[in-house]
Amino acid sequence: MKNLEDLEKLINSELTSKINSSFIKHNNIYLNIDHDELIEVISFLKTNKETKFRQLIEITAVDYPENEKRFKMVYLLLSHEYNHRIIVDYYIKENEVISSLTSIFPSANWMEREVFDMYGLNFKNHPDLRRILTDYGFEGHPLRKDFPLTGHNEVRYSEEQKKVIYEPVKLEQNYRNFDYESPWEGTKYIKEIKKN
Amino acid sequence: MAKEKKTLNLNFGPQHPAAHGVLRLILQLDGEIVEKADPHIGLLHRGTEKLIENKTYIQAVPYFDRLDYVAPMNQEHAFALAIEKILKIEVPTRAKYIRVIFCEIGRILSHILNVTTQAMDVGALTPTLWGFEEREKLMGFYERVSGSRLHANYFRAGGVHKDLPSGLDSDIGEFCEKFPKIIDDLETLLTDNRIFKQRNVDIAIVSKQDALDYSFSGVMLRGSGVAWDLRRSQPYDCYDDLEFKIPIGKNGDCYDRYLCRIEEMRESVKIIKQCLKNIPKGPIKTEDGKISPPPKKKIKQSMEALIHHFKLFTEGYRVEKDEIYTAVEAPKGEFGVYLISDGSSKPYKCKIRAPGFTHLQAMDYLIKGHMLADVPAVLGSMDIVFGEVDR
Repeated sequence: MKNLEDLEKLINSELTSKINSSFIKHNNIYLNIDHDELIEVISFLKTNKETKFRQLIEITAVDYPENEKRFKMVYLLLSHEYNHRIIVDYYIKENEVISSLTSIFPSANWMEREVFDMYGLNFKNHPDLRRILTDYGFEGHPLRKDFPLTGHNEVRYSEEQKKVIYEPVKLEQNYRNFDYESPWEGTKYIKEIKKN
Repeated sequence: MAKEKKTLNLNFGPQHPAAHGVLRLILQLDGEIVEKADPHIGLLHRGTEKLIENKTYIQAVPYFDRLDYVAPMNQEHAFALAIEKILKIEVPTRAKYIRVIFCEIGRILSHILNVTTQAMDVGALTPTLWGFEEREKLMGFYERVSGSRLHANYFRAGGVHKDLPSGLDSDIGEFCEKFPKIIDDLETLLTDNRIFKQRNVDIAIVSKQDALDYSFSGVMLRGSGVAWDLRRSQPYDCYDDLEFKIPIGKNGDCYDRYLCRIEEMRESVKIIKQCLKNIPKGPIKTEDGKISPPPKKKIKQSMEALIHHFKLFTEGYRVEKDEIYTAVEAPKGEFGVYLISDGSSKPYKCKIRAPGFTHLQAMDYLIKGHMLADVPAVLGSMDIVFGEVDR
């Protein structure tokens, strides 16, 4: 399928009930689905002759702590044949379990491990769900918005104990997050004056 | 009674010269045959993505240099393109050409490093010495344009930081004249070398289908015969106007990947030459004062410029709410940035898609059934740099 609009229509007509919304932007198709339908949607996109999204580019999650369904899972796929990209996403709650894509794409393995490591989301049917980027014995999930930037523990070599030891982070000065919210476009009261 | 099979577990790295950094590879060996490889990564994890979420868009650029630190500007490029697409910034033509010149220099930098260290991993020292002399010159160009040899911090959303200093273009041109000869010399050392071929031909063969399934990109994909290059299929900046070939391999083994890299260096030289020939005069960054800082001189005269300058370096520019994925053809493969902006001056989420991460993942599949001595050869041909794998 050469044309992006036609492709969007095709996907919508084939997967009608499984798709919540779809739109085209920046030359990509954005697809929002229900999280139970993930496997079916992805395998359709991979195998269908008109779509052929045969390469999984990336899996990631986004944290929205204020939402009831806190995490957004994002899957980026690429079709070499038709030169299209698609972004599939859905929202889930914190302790919901996600189906693993490893049976469809072997490369999903590490990507899902990374999501597990960084966001603490669980995958079912994953062959080897371990932490990947963080230290052995690390606690917490660093990319969650409520995880502090400075972390909890720091490491150093102790001359007395002759080994590397872990200690709670001690900083001379805490990380400072300056608030620059300001009158670039005019402050609130100026805007109000302008409106009236 | 049947003899019980005994396997040996071997720790390869994290302190091993052929591990290309800090890879800890746990190998299960049956004699000299590798049965299973389990890479432990993350020893160089610095939390780049978390840090970027806490910095303004301008402050985030240097983190991209520190990912794949042998070709820094290619990564900045992906980030700059992402912001430009969201804000719909028009980039001046001269800036596009400068960016392409330096991306191709980055490609040569990375390929020289990879080809020569791959040779060193299988026992040849001389190519490294010859190649690094050239890298030194290229890093000299980096330094002259950005002020630093490695961590350039040079690309900006809307262009580049500064114009080329005078004389740099002719020096790069001179380099382009001489460099193909160096590639020839390197090839006389390696391409027909008996030992090099014995160590690389038919090692770690990747079929087309597997290359797709394992999300390979860049040379790893082209080495297996898939003609796919983002510079051609989804052109960005001025790649559309340039002529270059995309070398692809036939057998998908380590040797083919080596040949692809050698050819790509020649193509990069051609691209740089074309750019130097066609580069127009003009501005090097967008003149929108809300995005790119004003020249120093103007700050002293214009109140507006002063305000712009102050605002840009305290709050930074704001990026409207959007979600975007942009990818560039970095030397190692598809380097992508998945950016979610929320209207403030800091990214809400910035996922970095590093090609090395997916390549290293296939280590187990590539090395299974090979000898222990092939591990460095395979690692070398994958072109792993831990800055981007661990992020």
